[in-house]
This record gives sequence, C-alpha cells and structure tokens, in this order.
Amino acid sequence: MHEMALAQSIVELVQDHAQRDAFTRTRTIRLSIGAMALVDPRALEFGFDAVSRGTVAEGARLVIERPAGTAFCMDCSGNVEVGAHGDPCPACGGYGWLLVAGDDMRVVDLEVD
Amino acid sequence: MCGVCGCGKSEVAGLGHDHVHGHDHHHDHEHDHHDHDHGHAHDHAHETAQSRIVRVERDIFEKNDRFAAANRRLFAATHTLALNLVSSPGAGKTTLLVRTLEALDGRMPLAVIEGDQQTSLDADRIKATGVPALQINTGKMCHLDAGMIADALGHVTAPVRGVLFIENVGNLVCPAGFDLGEAGKVVLVSVTEGEDKPLKYPDMFHAARLVLVTKIDLLPHLDFDVDALVGNARKVNPRADILRVSTRTGEGLDAWYAWMDARRREIEAP
Repeated sequence: MHEMALAQSIVELVQDHAQRDAFTRTRTIRLSIGAMALVDPRALEFGFDAVSRGTVAEGARLVIERPAGTAFCMDCSGNVEVGAHGDPCPACGGYGWLLVAGDDMRVVDLEVD
Repeated sequence: MCGVCGCGKSEVAGLGHDHVHGHDHHHDHEHDHHDHDHGHAHDHAHETAQSRIVRVERDIFEKNDRFAAANRRLFAATHTLALNLVSSPGAGKTTLLVRTLEALDGRMPLAVIEGDQQTSLDADRIKATGVPALQINTGKMCHLDAGMIADALGHVTAPVRGVLFIENVGNLVCPAGFDLGEAGKVVLVSVTEGEDKPLKYPDMFHAARLVLVTKIDLLPHLDFDVDALVGNARKVNPRADILRVSTRTGEGLDAWYAWMDARRREIEAP
C-alpha cells in the first residue's frame, strides 16, 4: 500500500498550491500516471479518499491520464511501446530495451474554487 | 465528483463516464469502470464560471526525491557506499548482513539502517556484531522512504569511506519505487522461492543493480532451476549483475565482497 504514501504526497501538493494560489476547494485533480509507473490507480483512489479527509483536497475527483510506456530497443534500434518490464520488444522480440517515457507520476493541474 | 451533477467520485480517464448534463438527473448511466488497459487521455474540462484551473505539473515523488538527493550529496561528501537491500520476507537479508559485517568489520567503517514494520529484533542482531545499527519502525508503511533515511542519518553516522547497508522492509513491490539516495538496490531472491519471481515482480528486479541468489546450499534438496531464475532476471533487467551465495557454506561471498569493493572504487575514482 505505498499508494497511501503517494496519495499523501498528492494532498500535500494540493495544500501547497491552496496557499500559493488562494483557493479553498478542489473540484478536480488531474494526474498523469505513466502506464509503467509503480502505482495502481484504484489503490491510489482508495488511499486518496482516506488521506484527503479534512483537507482542502477532500471530495476532489481524480482524473487519471495513462500515457503509454515508450522504450528504445537496443536490439533493433526501434522506438517501441511497452507494457511491462520483462516483456519482449514488440518489434524484434529482444529484451534489451530501455524505457524512455511512461513511468512518471505528475499532478498536472487542479480545478479549484 | 462531477461538478455539474455530482455523480462519480473518481475515474480513470478515457473510460465511459457516460452521463448527459442538463437533464433531470436520472442516474441510470452505465460506466465501464476501471479498464486500465489503455493510455489515451481525454480532456475533461469541467471548468465552470466559479471554478478555475491551477497549473501544477509537479512530480508526485518530488518530496521523496528531494530527500534522496540530499542523502546522495551526503554520501558523496563522506565517500560512503550506500546499498539498499530488498527482498521478500525471509530471503535472508539479515543473515547475509550479519555474515557480511563479521567479514568486513575492521577492514572499513560500517553502519546499518534497519527497516521493519515493528520490533527492533533485526537491529539487535546487527548490534551484536558490534556495528552501529539503527532500527526504523515504519508502522503500517510497507517501505522506507528517503525522508526516513535522512532522519536516521541524524542518529547513525554515514561511515566515511565505508559501507552503509539499508535493509528495507521485506516486500518486493513498494520499495522498488522509492529512491533513498543509495548507490544501488541489491535484490535478494532465495532458491526456496520460485524461478519466476523476477517475472512476477519485474519492477523490483528491474530496479536492481545486483541480484543475489541466496541459500544455494539448499539446491541439492530442491527442484530449483537456478539458470531459469537467472534467465528470467536477465529478461527483466539485462544490465544487473547476478551472484549466487550461501551464508551457510560461505560459497560466493567473496564475489559479493569483491562486488562491493568495485563499487567503492567507483566512488573514490568516478
């Protein structure tokens, strides 16, 4: 359940912006969570509901975008889309690929009032 | 919640959230919830007259990574090799540590940070070797984070030109995502587990700098295919070093010590 810790980080980011950008209610939190990021969105939603209670983020809806994992394959020199570590390159079947994008987790923006 | 009609608390983008606004709120909409198989985003702008959009664009790991960077700067200043030991519960992390400390004590400064949900049993075992150890109890948390290590470094000094071992909570999932500022993650997997462990927990094996296959003295009693395990680890992480060890017979331990010496030389002459 490290999603609990991540949910806590999201709440802290919202609290930080609530001071900076002067808002008292968060309607929507838009997240970008790469398909290769180490998080389960459902567990994150569950954790968020629990840890946001009593904060400026309480009741906010999470909108989660899932950009695909993209990798450079050193075996075939191709840029490919990948789903999980340990999967073969979809182009050549090799395992020597390096993830280029799709493992990051960001708060993109907030809808607030 | 949807700012207009209040249905749906959270959702994954791109999924059906098929309600129509401006109607008399019959909530017989159907959603196809939680199909996580695709990654296209959609623009879900619910901005209304009262609400506004605040740009954030910040990493959720931002705070952890700030602490990790500070820890890494400290380790660089003290020329400390920091290793983050991770495995399932029972793969032999503490036993390997005790054996390693006994072998290296006197050759270089050493220290240990122990992470467990509860008890100081592991730190007690380490302290019995005479090496400074600090126990962190994570409570309900399933992993150590970089902030906990930063706190711990106020109590146990980073060994100058030596090795700091951080024994993480026994868990092959969560610790993979948390950078502690270490030089590398050392993943232990014992031969009493399955050959397919690297495929089942690819994120952790992918994050490893070294994979230690432990308890190899038991192999004659098991139907365990070490080569299959190594092959699976290579699929997930072609770059990791892989060593086979037994703390019981001592087999392979010299290679493990040599691996650490090589990493220490990298720190001295990067």
